[in-house]
Amino acid sequence: MSQTESIQPITKQWTTICPLDRILPNTGVCALVNDRQIAVFRVGEEEDVYAIENLDPFSKAYVLSRGIVGDHNGIPKVASPIYKQNFSLLTGECLDDLTIKLQTFAAQVVDGQVQVHG
Amino acid sequence: MTKRLVTIGNGMVGHRFLEQMAAKGADWELICFCEEPRVAYDRVNLSGYFAGKTAADLSLVAPDFYKDNNIQVHVGDKAVRIDRANKTVTSAKGVTISYDKLVLATGSYPFVPPIKGNDLPGTFVYRTICDLEATEAYAKDCKVGVVVGGGLLGLECANALQNLGLKTHVVEFMPRLMPVQVDDAGGATLRQKIEDLGIGIHTGKSTTEIVADEHGRVHKMQFADGTELLTDTIVFSAGIRPQDELARQCGLKIGDRGGIAIDDNCQTSDPDVYAIGECALYNNQIFGLVAPGYRMAEVAADRLCGNETNNFTGADMSTKLKLLGIDVASFGDAFGKTAGSKVIAIDDAIAGTYKKLVVNEDGTRLLGGILVGDATVYGTLLQLMQNQMALPPHPEDLILPHRSGVSMAMGVEQLPDTAQICSCNNVTKGQICTAIQEQELRDIGSVKSCTNAGMGCGGCVPLVTDLLKAELKKAGIAVNNNICEHFAFSRQELYSLVRSQDIHSFQQLLDRHGTGRGCEICKPLVGSILASAWNDQILDAPHVSLQDTNDAFLANIQRDGTYSVIPRIPGGEITPDKLIVLGQVAKDFGLYTKITGAQRIDLLGARVDQLPLIWQQLVAAGFESGHAYGKALRTVKSCVGSTWCRFGVQDSVSLAIEVELRYRGLRAPHKFKSAVSGCTRECAEAQSKDFGIIATEKGWNLYVCGNGGMKPQHAQLLAADLDKETLIRYVDRFLMFYIRTANRLERTATWFNKLEGGIEYLQAVIINDSLGIAEELEAEMAHQVATYACEWNATLQDPAKLQRFQHFVNTDAPDPNIVVIEERGQNRPVFEHERQLSELQLK
Repeated sequence: MSQTESIQPITKQWTTICPLDRILPNTGVCALVNDRQIAVFRVGEEEDVYAIENLDPFSKAYVLSRGIVGDHNGIPKVASPIYKQNFSLLTGECLDDLTIKLQTFAAQVVDGQVQVHG
Repeated sequence: MTKRLVTIGNGMVGHRFLEQMAAKGADWELICFCEEPRVAYDRVNLSGYFAGKTAADLSLVAPDFYKDNNIQVHVGDKAVRIDRANKTVTSAKGVTISYDKLVLATGSYPFVPPIKGNDLPGTFVYRTICDLEATEAYAKDCKVGVVVGGGLLGLECANALQNLGLKTHVVEFMPRLMPVQVDDAGGATLRQKIEDLGIGIHTGKSTTEIVADEHGRVHKMQFADGTELLTDTIVFSAGIRPQDELARQCGLKIGDRGGIAIDDNCQTSDPDVYAIGECALYNNQIFGLVAPGYRMAEVAADRLCGNETNNFTGADMSTKLKLLGIDVASFGDAFGKTAGSKVIAIDDAIAGTYKKLVVNEDGTRLLGGILVGDATVYGTLLQLMQNQMALPPHPEDLILPHRSGVSMAMGVEQLPDTAQICSCNNVTKGQICTAIQEQELRDIGSVKSCTNAGMGCGGCVPLVTDLLKAELKKAGIAVNNNICEHFAFSRQELYSLVRSQDIHSFQQLLDRHGTGRGCEICKPLVGSILASAWNDQILDAPHVSLQDTNDAFLANIQRDGTYSVIPRIPGGEITPDKLIVLGQVAKDFGLYTKITGAQRIDLLGARVDQLPLIWQQLVAAGFESGHAYGKALRTVKSCVGSTWCRFGVQDSVSLAIEVELRYRGLRAPHKFKSAVSGCTRECAEAQSKDFGIIATEKGWNLYVCGNGGMKPQHAQLLAADLDKETLIRYVDRFLMFYIRTANRLERTATWFNKLEGGIEYLQAVIINDSLGIAEELEAEMAHQVATYACEWNATLQDPAKLQRFQHFVNTDAPDPNIVVIEERGQNRPVFEHERQLSELQLK
């Protein structure tokens, strides 16, 4: 027997949330997917999109989609608008507090529509 | 064949041991029994569980750590028997596993005093997350909670109960709090500070009985002195006892008062069995702290990997903690038991601090000490003691409050390389300095992650930072004023690049002078510079992604993610009709209203989707943006002046309105404020503003670079008895000069304090145009004034901009997480501990 993994109650699937041009380059939006708040970010001018939890673990407010998008040593990140902690968009890790890690979701652009796997 | 190592216990120390084994790449098959239903978590910060941390937050085990390192962990299965003859361990679920070596990391259990009623429903202990869950579930119907035990764990537990919203009491048998760590005077200071937090303290109380109510649940405590205390629940946190039951059963040597006896190798009386952590007894001592446990884990791991040089030789029980937000530190010979030792103590009842040094007979060496209320010098003192360094001629300076001009008695350079800087992870000064030099570390984050220093309790981070600074200075690396990793320029340099090269977007500037994508430092900074230089609308497409959330939504974000709305009320003058509009809007949207410190009205609690609706009504009634969200002019406060006041000598309200309308919306390195007073009585407090104007019989006096707030500073008189036109001209020049030359987020007062030449220099630049830039500065300001447009009005007229004012991109629903509660007739956001309650009521 080894450490048991928790099982997600909802089967994940791709959900279309909005057209790509609804997300201005280098900003985020929040989408409601299966009753979860997911922050979706568009990095650069093209079709590079990332999705993480919208809940800011430090303030407990659902606001990460409103943070400033940038990079740290090339890693795309968002800074919480409340207390400015940074989160990697690739892994969900908090770059300022290694004990904190947010859930990430797969995101893609298909035919000009942004989709999230969550 | 690979030999098998079985570990019993997966607490903090047990886990650290497995981490050490994995890191050393040991050729062992590793198997672990974990009694609790979850793998190792941070027991030291257990009270955080009620402050919003989840079990996952507290976990110490990196995801997949055990899987990746091939460690088999039997979660929720307690080891119940050790057969030393056959070298097997049997678990509660009936698993039997043979071992070559066995490590016991069984920890400790809470001591529950033998009091009648100590097992009634409503009594709990404080050790595991399961204990917390049980306490939390029961506490839902409770109002009052008592912690039995006023030691380190007891006070942590009191914090937990208070976080649950209970009126909390602490009952301690000894005459003071934390009797092991602090003396009577320290205990008194600690008591005062904890009582100030609303926690009841009852020391010297011997509980004789816990009495039940008619339902058989905890109701009250009776004490030996005849007094009693009513309570709904009781948590025992009165010390720990080593969990040595398994070791006893299999006949290992146990100390007289419990604990599995170990030697320098962490080996028990059976050389194939090791014991580490709180279950182990070394030199007749149990170590109830995590650092010595980690040290034992390291020694045992080294021994099992063939390194015979690492010995456990006991541990320093020095501690620094933050209990209920109060610093408490105790180190070395804290009680002055050494023969001939002397004491220097400062008991500051005003500051609420107690600091004590124990020094040797001739006052040259530090032997120990106690710090309560302020433990900032702990790191320095510990180093002085551990390295037996000579004390400065006046050792009391070490614990006297810092005054300007007096520097700390010891710099990090004086420490020997062997000095242990981080005691949690056992990192020395030599190791840190070598890492900084060899790996060319340049920031504190990399030093922490590369050396592990400061990754435990964090108490040594200031020392590590000092070490980094000293090393960089030694290496001749100038501490640069680059704003961030994306631009190797200061704010002033970027400002002049933007102006001189006619740069109009962040991307242009990044392409020409920067690297990467930018961040939350450089983006708002460049956004502000572009606004100061060209005054384009900040929400125009190329600029919107640069703005901090306040600028991005033209409102001020609050802790629950809602916003506050502050319309401009120039000079603080407002008509009754407009006042009624503000009231009506607040009523329509359920907003909380408050008068600000700057003569305006704040409407709080607006959801992001409500902001445009609110502003539609405000703009229709003639309001415009107040820029309370921006690093910009906030407000020009005024008194009623000669219009009404019998002492007024000039019309301060008219001037305040004119000044406010002239500089509204002007972006600057930081926010700035102004005020106009109608006479020398100064009712508008102009001398505490970034620029302040005071009426005289002959005209206006102009004061600059004052500040209220964090570090109050009086403004300086720049020029006296000015006519209005000259006054405005000077203010134009002053503000533009500040915008050109200040650092990021530097208020005028801080900027002024760094100006060489002080007020005379500023007078030369502003009045005498010593730099020959006055005309330029005025022209820049004229452009700003001419291009002003209300940001809210512009946004309401642009459907593309309005699209962003929506919580979800894929539904019109508002954020369901925003929950308010009524207080004094208005709504305010709930605090976390109220959230569940209000959700229940909603159901």
